[in-house]
Amino acid sequence: MEREKQLKVNAIKDGTVIDRIPSSQLFRVIEILSLEDCDSQITFGMNLESKHLESKAIIKISERFFEDDDINRIALIAPEAKFNIIKDYEVVEKRQVTVPDAIVGIAKCFNPDCITNHQPITTRFATKHTDKGLLLVCHYCEKVTDEHNLKIISKNT
Amino acid sequence: MPKSLVSIHDFSKDELLYIVKQAAIFEKDHRPVLKGKVVATIFFEPSTRTRLSFETAANRLGARVVGFSDADNTSVSKGETLKDTIMMISNYADLIVMRHPREGSARYASEISRVPVINAGDGANQHPSQTLLDMYSIQKTQGRLDNLTITMVGDLKYGRTVHSLLQAMSHFNTRFKFIAPPELRMPEEYKQYLSERGLPFTEHTELAENINDADILYMTRVQRERFSDPIEYEKVKNVYVLKNSFLKDTKPSMKILHPLPRVNEISADVDNNPKAYYFEQARNGVFARMAIIHYLIGR
Repeated sequence: MEREKQLKVNAIKDGTVIDRIPSSQLFRVIEILSLEDCDSQITFGMNLESKHLESKAIIKISERFFEDDDINRIALIAPEAKFNIIKDYEVVEKRQVTVPDAIVGIAKCFNPDCITNHQPITTRFATKHTDKGLLLVCHYCEKVTDEHNLKIISKNT
Repeated sequence: MPKSLVSIHDFSKDELLYIVKQAAIFEKDHRPVLKGKVVATIFFEPSTRTRLSFETAANRLGARVVGFSDADNTSVSKGETLKDTIMMISNYADLIVMRHPREGSARYASEISRVPVINAGDGANQHPSQTLLDMYSIQKTQGRLDNLTITMVGDLKYGRTVHSLLQAMSHFNTRFKFIAPPELRMPEEYKQYLSERGLPFTEHTELAENINDADILYMTRVQRERFSDPIEYEKVKNVYVLKNSFLKDTKPSMKILHPLPRVNEISADVDNNPKAYYFEQARNGVFARMAIIHYLIGR
């Protein structure tokens, strides 16, 4: 079933398939990974049926592989996303996104008075999983940024 | 990275107790144990009380003090980054006492500085030396820190002093009572903090009838600018004014603390009541700050 759905959007020879992205987050994922600047062939699928999510999106990128840092950026908005590494049409590795204990240089503190929004400082947060979802506690101002206020610093800003 | 005091969480229970104990020693005896040391007090926004208290503390310990009380006449006004300012000053001094309007600035400074940093207030975030002087005042007046009832009154939503004191006193089996208008109630995260530690608290909106079991009555200012609706402010502004008549059935050992400056939340007729302790509390600030400075650079 899963394979059938992936085939709807073209198989790739070598590259990465990012699966289980919530549809609502597809364009943020594209922005965070700076895919608009990518020269490789890219295919997007959106509003696909999913066993795990209400509606999922997938991205297939030829000839492109991602570092852990990129994967962590995605973790904040698509915590269930999976990175499938494709070599010669076969999935050779599946990497599950995990939310790390510390988030460095990825998210922006939502507190307008936080020093990180006024000086050239790399942001740092501790992550906290609660019944209200994922919370980021700023290492500097100690204020809590929740998912609704989350802004990801894209790679080229 | 040298040990700094940026947030009240930076000190363990043992360290908090050590500072309180040392403050009592410095109150009795002002030996110049830091002779030859240089303390920089760098205030990016004005604060007469805190700056003079730190400078008095450093002077009483025999240290020399350098610094500025207004960033306008420094290279900061030329656009120098906080990083460069801190790097430079940490080349000169043995300790930096810093106040800055931005939240988190002191943590950042402590990561850059080669010498310890004491946070003397970073915006609305932390002001840990205030908490330590509050604790010293509690110890001095009650003879202990354990098993007390602390009643906090006024702006419990934005008041950083009540939040830090709550966290520090959570080590000591404290019972808390919160008295505030609905708009300025203690935030959920702090109530959760107490619940996680199994510490009891109750919430009230009336002042006079809820203070008789208090060991410490911690008053704070209800500020007009905290209210989005000025009518709401007018409704509550006189509800949280402590009057001498309210004190007649309170515990004989009860003391009233206030981080100051006070505006009208304690009537002048309370000042002569022996339970009024806020001016003495401010004096204790010098001893608590001597203990903190000594702890960071004198041992």
